Amino acid sequence: MADANRGRIAIVGTGITNRWEAPGRTAFDQAQEAALLALEDAGLTTRDVDGLFCSLSASGTPVLNVAERLGLTLRHADGTMVGGSSFVFHLRSALGALSAGLCDVALVTYGSNQRSAGGKLVAMPDPQPYELPYRPLYPISSYALAAARHMHEHGTTREQLASIAVAARDWARMNPAAMERGPLGIDDVLASRVVSDPLTKLDCCLVTDGGGALVLTRADRAKDHAAPVYLLGVGSAVSHRQIAAMPDLTTTAAAQSGREAYRMAGLGPGEIDHVMLYDAFTICTLMFLEDLGFCTKGEGGAFAASGAIAPGGSLPVNTNGGGLSCNHPGMYGIFTVIEAAEQLRGRCGARQVPGAEVALAHANGGVLSSQATAILGAPSTI
Amino acid sequence: MTDDPQITDPRFDGPGPDATWHAGLARGIVAIQRCGGCGAHQAPPSLLCRACGAPAPGFVDASGKATVYSATTIRRRDGAYNVSIVELAEGPRLMSRVEGDPEAVRIGMALTARIVEEDGIPVLVFDPAPAGGAA
Ligand SMILES: [Zn+2]
Repeated sequence: MADANRGRIAIVGTGITNRWEAPGRTAFDQAQEAALLALEDAGLTTRDVDGLFCSLSASGTPVLNVAERLGLTLRHADGTMVGGSSFVFHLRSALGALSAGLCDVALVTYGSNQRSAGGKLVAMPDPQPYELPYRPLYPISSYALAAARHMHEHGTTREQLASIAVAARDWARMNPAAMERGPLGIDDVLASRVVSDPLTKLDCCLVTDGGGALVLTRADRAKDHAAPVYLLGVGSAVSHRQIAAMPDLTTTAAAQSGREAYRMAGLGPGEIDHVMLYDAFTICTLMFLEDLGFCTKGEGGAFAASGAIAPGGSLPVNTNGGGLSCNHPGMYGIFTVIEAAEQLRGRCGARQVPGAEVALAHANGGVLSSQATAILGAPSTI
Repeated sequence: MTDDPQITDPRFDGPGPDATWHAGLARGIVAIQRCGGCGAHQAPPSLLCRACGAPAPGFVDASGKATVYSATTIRRRDGAYNVSIVELAEGPRLMSRVEGDPEAVRIGMALTARIVEEDGIPVLVFDPAPAGGAA
């Protein structure tokens, strides 16, 4: 019997600012523009929103700031902050809140001006005293430590990691909204500056501005909207805050969040048509491919290097170009969901995955600390 | 006063676990916790045993023996340095630094703990263990 939560709520609107380099705009400007675009896409207005789910690197009280600026009258709010995966945690919370009738129209929104504000990856606002004396670069050194251990245990190579950056770029070249669209080869990635071994500058995501938003309702109301995308399954997990506390540096909590999402959806990795994996660094894509069951543990490098995830491969992954080549405004998770929804709506132009009916969007937060997986379905899957 | 009932739980009296850790380093000791209930060691410390949930695990002196669990070399314009995750012989893992040539650090390498003072603060670092030494 299907899980009662399968298909219970739907995304009825998406908004994306595509303003990846936007001096003179605040994080709130980006979040508001994305929210308005998503509401217009859903055929709704700010008057209809009674639930707000919001997390910003720029604010400790994002719900208050965004609700004031948008003029919202809220019955329900959730400011869960677990880093870049927060928005997929919000999807799971919205499932609970909408299903319980705590709200009827849920808005999830995010904005950042981190590129214009300084061009650095924004640190999570909680210094770690057991890490500080050793001057790790935040967050890249934590991911580098995971990559080094993966190479040690599984023979993963820098060339294999580089192939992930190249696949992302090849997808980005088909996305007119992607920030980096120039040609990129394996040798370019290997020759770029090593920042924290084994990761080079081109193993790292972009640092951009940007905003994204989603509007969700219960499935019974979703039928009234033009292009609903149903939430078939969603799982979340947290495993640590500091990288040294990660139980096993080569296996992320995506294994847990994915298991829950697949269970709820009644689907397995072989039934996913389109995949979005939070690629803050090339090692992220590699480990999530393994932990979400698209290949076995230790085979992620060979799988990626085979061309499987690139355009023309067997598994379309990060078709927008990902955080590596499209955009990465600090907390990227919402953009994995937006691209997955747009693929299921058939709106992706040259990079459209033909006939995509089921998509998986996976998001990461902190330093592989929080993981959340959403499985989305076109109306045909309900 | 003496007849008043205890209003705070005495198991949590005294310095907090982080303070005990830092006081240990200041005295030249790596103070890790050992749970009296399940025997698990842990560091950094906590008010409870993360393995079994038992409150207020006590402190013991770590042996100082460790191995490299993972390592990265951070390359900045003003030089390169190591950041490692070290696995203590007792089991817990900590972020730290292996002293010496960062390029020579290898996963699995045997280490010995040392406490150095940086900016007036005691900091736990590790040296490669002499051949045939700690493992
Ligand atoms: Zn215990």
